[in-house]
Amino acid sequence: MNIAQDFPILYQTVNNCRLIYLDSAATSQKPLAVIEAMNEFYSKYNSNVHRGIHTLGTLATEKYEGARSKVAKFIKAKTPAQIIFTSGSTAALNLVACSYGRNNLKPGDELLITIAEHHSNLIPWQQVAKITGATLKCLDLETDGSLSLEKARQAITTQTKILAVHHISNVLGTISPIKELAHLVHAVGGIIAVDAAQSAPHLPLDVNDLDVDFLFFSGHKMCGPTGTGVLYGKKDLLEKMEPEHFGGEMNNLVEFHNATWREIPWKFEAGTPNIAGVVGLGAAIDYLNSVGMQNIAEHNAALTDYALDALAHVPELKIYGPQKNRHGLVTFNLGKLHPHDVATFLDAEGIAIRAGQHCAQPLIKWLGASSTARASFYLYNNEADIEALTQGLKNTREYFSV
Amino acid sequence: MNIDNLYRQVIMDHYQHPRNQAGPAHGSITIETNNPNCGDRIFIHLLIKNDQIVDATFTGEGCSISLASASMMTEAVKGLALKTALELVYLFSEMMQGEEVDTNKFNMDCIESLKGVTKFPARIRCATLAWEGLKKGLIPPS
Repeated sequence: MNIAQDFPILYQTVNNCRLIYLDSAATSQKPLAVIEAMNEFYSKYNSNVHRGIHTLGTLATEKYEGARSKVAKFIKAKTPAQIIFTSGSTAALNLVACSYGRNNLKPGDELLITIAEHHSNLIPWQQVAKITGATLKCLDLETDGSLSLEKARQAITTQTKILAVHHISNVLGTISPIKELAHLVHAVGGIIAVDAAQSAPHLPLDVNDLDVDFLFFSGHKMCGPTGTGVLYGKKDLLEKMEPEHFGGEMNNLVEFHNATWREIPWKFEAGTPNIAGVVGLGAAIDYLNSVGMQNIAEHNAALTDYALDALAHVPELKIYGPQKNRHGLVTFNLGKLHPHDVATFLDAEGIAIRAGQHCAQPLIKWLGASSTARASFYLYNNEADIEALTQGLKNTREYFSV
Repeated sequence: MNIDNLYRQVIMDHYQHPRNQAGPAHGSITIETNNPNCGDRIFIHLLIKNDQIVDATFTGEGCSISLASASMMTEAVKGLALKTALELVYLFSEMMQGEEVDTNKFNMDCIESLKGVTKFPARIRCATLAWEGLKKGLIPPS
């Protein structure tokens, strides 16, 4: 099956070369089905949700809420009410941090995260720690960058109220043992919030089996449109949580001095939501299901292994992170060359990679680098793309004579 | 897109053999300039006496473009009156915004080679990084 043919953007040349897109960890490309679903929304039934009595309003609401059910099934949530649509992972995490974090933490409590967290799973917690007086504590990684249960056992104490960790690292591709971590933190009465931005696009997820309290991800990294994201939460936690945004559609009874909130999930979705985006996200989930999440996971695991082997033949290429138990991406540096120079050279050959600090400055520093290059893969990539990258890196060395 | 427009020989020369790459001299001021997107961090050291840049050096990390630009910039402004150096800052900024400028004013032919960077929008910031640092040193925050 040729997956790439479902993605119109991939059929173009960039700088007179076939486009080879290896930056899906930043944002994935979109299949035609998603583009068409959004096009259809705007051309056939664009309308606001939850308020129109007219036909289009009903259709839009059905599609919007239908997408919520699709997301719920996609991660095996018990009810669609546990799915809150946000503008992305960042907004989802901010909601957890600001609402749950601020109202449940006090001085002496510990907030546990790793140094490998994306800035969006670090800075909100820094702020919450400053406001509540809770301590932001670091769960140390193993020397290869992976998160081990041994280190977690050492770091989790009876003071641990929130453990917020990545499922798959956006820099190292390492996979965290979420289910076991949830068990450990629940044993001390704490909760776990999981950054699934890199895992939701790649792995079948089961929030009940993982027993996570909060889990969040972005639609745009999983074939959906930008400006879409999801916060999943356990029902009792969400019900107790106060909204962070106030306005239309999140309220129940409104008087001049007071108002009451609607039930979950709507109390967290003030204002007109990103309806077209959510419709697109629903189409993205249909698309991913049609390919099969297990197939996608296996394809990417195989491609990552292939890349690790192929890149080992590029002289002076330093790969960060472990050789095993990693998924979907390879982060590296080529000799002493700056990753921006590498990225610019590869771009001239039509190859798109990410270069920089990947919104993870503390981790990049921990790795002893000032910046790195990253190639990330998705369902539409194949071995020929990796070969092109490998050859491109060899050409880069030659050009800069390193 | 021809990548040779970006990596001109003279730029690669300044990258591989940077001029004035040295720590601060006694009595000099240091200005940090950084680009959080890529992690580039450059320190400009200026020894200023009687409204004149007596010495200009730099340290830090960056890509070929940002380091070559820092190398050229320190060469260009050494010995200049502060006012003249500031004029060069504005001249460079205009050049990097794609405007036609009189590059002879730089008194250094190689600086014109950085004009090629404007064809690579993602890299313009690399070229301007050191100059932004210089500007901060010449116009201290009030």
